[in-house]
Amino acid sequence: MGRISDGLMSKLVATAIAAVATAAAAVVASAEPPPGAAACSGCHPVSPRVTSPVPRIAGIDRAAIVRAMQDFRSGQRAATVMDRIAKGFTDDEIQAIAAWFATQK
Amino acid sequence: MKATRRAFLKFGVAATASATLLPVRTFAQGAAPRVVVVGGGFAGASCARALRQAAPRVAVTLVEANPTFTACPFSNAVIGGLRELSAQQFTYERVAGDGITMVRALATGVDAQARTVTLADGARLPYDRLVLAPGIDIRWGALPGYDEAAAAQMPHAWRAGEQTVLLRRQLEAMDDGGLVVISAPANPFRCPPGPYERASLIAHYLKTKKPRSKLIILDAKDAFSKQRLFQAAWAELYPGLLEWVPLSKGGNVTSVDAGTRTLVTDFGRHQAKVANVIPPQKAGRIAEGAGVADRTGWCPIDPVTFESKLQAGIHVIGDAAIAGAMPKSAFAANSQAKTCAAAVARLLTGAVPSTPKLINTCYSLVAPDYGISVAGVYQPSGGQLADVPGSGGVSPTDAPRATRAVEAVLAEAWFRTITGEVFG
Repeated sequence: MGRISDGLMSKLVATAIAAVATAAAAVVASAEPPPGAAACSGCHPVSPRVTSPVPRIAGIDRAAIVRAMQDFRSGQRAATVMDRIAKGFTDDEIQAIAAWFATQK
Repeated sequence: MKATRRAFLKFGVAATASATLLPVRTFAQGAAPRVVVVGGGFAGASCARALRQAAPRVAVTLVEANPTFTACPFSNAVIGGLRELSAQQFTYERVAGDGITMVRALATGVDAQARTVTLADGARLPYDRLVLAPGIDIRWGALPGYDEAAAAQMPHAWRAGEQTVLLRRQLEAMDDGGLVVISAPANPFRCPPGPYERASLIAHYLKTKKPRSKLIILDAKDAFSKQRLFQAAWAELYPGLLEWVPLSKGGNVTSVDAGTRTLVTDFGRHQAKVANVIPPQKAGRIAEGAGVADRTGWCPIDPVTFESKLQAGIHVIGDAAIAGAMPKSAFAANSQAKTCAAAVARLLTGAVPSTPKLINTCYSLVAPDYGISVAGVYQPSGGQLADVPGSGGVSPTDAPRATRAVEAVLAEAWFRTITGEVFG
């Protein structure tokens, strides 16, 4: 049995934590959206039958959603209403919403 | 088809009626909890569908008297001749397709102790939790001279449908040079920017088709939603055509005479060719009978669960609820419906509901290519839903016309999306 280097071990641990976190996010996703997330579909379509110039966010990469919300909040990204809405959410809330949407279809 | 459905409903009602003899408050395996939702508008239909999704084991029944839903958002565009009423109408086929039992009947009463909803034919629907989404009712008699007969002469058009078409026909029949008067009520009422969007789109119609006409808004208030944006747009688009008379300048209408289409204020009388009376309102009728409306006529709720502060086991969502800083809008109703559904799903399993965050976004058209918006984010605070500090607000006052055009496109997109999500 070969030894596992410290570096590899920490990578394995990190992967395991990430897997657990993803699984937890998936459980939360099927059970209940985090605070604020359910309201998004008032404008961002979920139903495949709806067409809109407003982008779908279900299934979008988590980091991309986080970045978009942070940029809307800081004013770095131009917006019509998302700047006003993003200011109502903390970093933690944005992370939770992004994680949830990333797991949605 | 119709007879089959009726037979099915009768059977369903009979079967569930016997279940009331065995009140089950905790749910062992196999005993599906029953949730009845009354009212199939943006709030009720959203809640029923969200609940089915969150808790597939729950038996969800949606009670709605009308076979078709007629949406109020964008109905001002129907009045202004920009859109047909059919574009406002939606059926419940896909709602039923989610496995929700549709009961096409008027709910006439609630027994909060026995936990049953009474229908117009006397049948009773038992529930473990009840969600009331009855929208608004007109407070007939609050404005002297304005009753149901008067509404046939001076339409309110504040519940979309025949009244919407009536107001449009009256405008179409009016000769050029006529006076149109809108009376706007004191707060609170359904759709705070609605009277001013309506005035805008009627002004657009008059400017285009009957340019010698005039429009006056008689207002029971001195301030209104998106006021600076509306007033700047009016000065730009409808100068000399549209006049707003606030409370302090004699805008409060104290009585009306339907026979002569006259609106009386403390300062004078306005005889209109077309009069649109937007009267004082209250929660939809069943709220009072269920004991969930307070002396204001609206329904106090817990900001986490939307459970009534007056009756346990009954939740109130949408325009009927007193939702603190949240306006009475379709977006707010949809947001509240999903929050309420998540809370009900948890309460039925004995779990503690999580603290929600809600959103509102509300567009108004000042002209077909000129949109403005207000947005807000809300959270429970001090027993109410309060604005999250630093969030929300209206469109910038100095935005270029290109931004107004984009917001007009987004307004229409919003309507397609929310109706598609709720009814499609």
